[in-house]
Amino acid sequence: MSPAAWLRCLEGIVRREALRFLHQRGRFFSALVRPLVWLAIFAAGFRFVLGVSIGPPYETYVLYEVYIVPGLAGMVLLFQGMQSSLSMVYDREMGSMRVLLTSPLPRWWLLFSRLLAAVLVGTAQVYVFLLIARFWEVEPPAIGYLAVLPALLLAGMMLGALGLLLSSWIRQLENFAGVMNFVIFPMFFASSALYPLWRVREASLPLYWVCQANPFTHAVELIRFALYGQFEPVSFCAVAFALLVFGAFAVLGYDPQRGMLARRAGG
Amino acid sequence: MTAAPSRPVPAMPPAAAAMPALEVERLSFAYGKRPALRDVALRVMPGEFAVLLGPNGAGKSTLFALITRLFDAPAGAAIQIFGAALRREPGRALARLGVVFQQPTLDPDLSVRECLLYHGALHGLPRAEVEAQAARELARIGLADRARERVRNLSGGQRRRAEIARALLTRPALLLLDEPTVGLDAASRGFLLDHVRGLCREEGLAVLWATHLIDEVGEEARVVVLQNGAVRAEGTVPELLAQAGDTATVAEAFARLTAAEQGRAP
Repeated sequence: MSPAAWLRCLEGIVRREALRFLHQRGRFFSALVRPLVWLAIFAAGFRFVLGVSIGPPYETYVLYEVYIVPGLAGMVLLFQGMQSSLSMVYDREMGSMRVLLTSPLPRWWLLFSRLLAAVLVGTAQVYVFLLIARFWEVEPPAIGYLAVLPALLLAGMMLGALGLLLSSWIRQLENFAGVMNFVIFPMFFASSALYPLWRVREASLPLYWVCQANPFTHAVELIRFALYGQFEPVSFCAVAFALLVFGAFAVLGYDPQRGMLARRAGG
Repeated sequence: MTAAPSRPVPAMPPAAAAMPALEVERLSFAYGKRPALRDVALRVMPGEFAVLLGPNGAGKSTLFALITRLFDAPAGAAIQIFGAALRREPGRALARLGVVFQQPTLDPDLSVRECLLYHGALHGLPRAEVEAQAARELARIGLADRARERVRNLSGGQRRRAEIARALLTRPALLLLDEPTVGLDAASRGFLLDHVRGLCREEGLAVLWATHLIDEVGEEARVVVLQNGAVRAEGTVPELLAQAGDTATVAEAFARLTAAEQGRAP
């Protein structure tokens, strides 16, 4: 297979994912409403309770709305990553997974393409959210909108790879409610998405370390700094490392010789 | 029409014979401790319409999952598609294979044309070529006027036809169909059978058609009877009738062959 064939395959998978997202109005709408509910209701209520946070990358006092926007951007990616990766192995989608795997191209490339397609769709959602967030006076510098792109892509790949990994190894996560309870909520709440980590440390030292070990924290911090035109090396390394680990185990999980799909098909 | 290979199946064909489109040998498979296939061997030659006949639960879908490499067969087994071993050269093997799965696999929110273009891209084919081929296959199967319709709005029979057009899009030399007529009315079933048999005759396509419906076995078909994960009988229709002890119909032969084996089975 020529390199052109590989790219055509990638392009086709991305195109399908985008078409599906655009055609499914309900999915489009809920993906957009979810972070806006947090921004419009949760943040408004908590701006007085949680008070201010001054610290890099912010140079001055910031409103709570401003603080949580990067976390909500991360949440969009987290939901998108889980939904798209796990949906591949749900019954109603198992068929399209089988069609995908009959492609003559290498399986790791098919999984990577599928992952990237989902991340691109998630990234588009984040940009729409960021534009709407301007109505709440969340107005990062213009350069931030550009600098955040690689951060969103990397964070999205990491979260999508985690979804793929879970889909291949854990049978119990076959319904989305389970994923919400055991993956999405813990990752989201035990992170720097809603409150700065120095506040968490004041409350509980063990929780602080849990947050520090949570790759989602680093995804959020990478996005937060990038949105203000800055690069956060520690978060970058943590996210990249998590992506490598999750990605490697996901590819192993889909290896035809390891039989994950056989167990699933056999019921 | 290529002659059926001599039985028992695992025997090698004479060197002069054409390369088999599909050759399965020594294939056993178990889900955990539950055996699904036991020492299965079968061969489909180019231009041949082979029917994999077996009741539900006989192992047909497992066999299809292994031939499409959803998962790999155990090390001792061999699955070859036009001489390319699925395990060692999956890309070469899969490139010649078209599949119609038992469950629906079209995206309901996409148009028929979009589904086909996606499939062509999965195989790495140039878009212009895929567009032309998609138009040709859809016209041939009588769906040209529905190309821009969402899959959601198609009838069951139309969806199946769209899936067959999609499977043929990449010009495969071997076509697998897993219970393709389930849930279809008699007219749609007849249409699909005629269409696929025509492809064997006219284009030399090799077909493995899995079904539990005996009346889908045509006179010219070669039949592989699968039951409880093992091949019970195999051959052309007259051979099958003789094997069962001079029965008059395939249905009778099938009943007798599987009943006899059931008595012997552990």
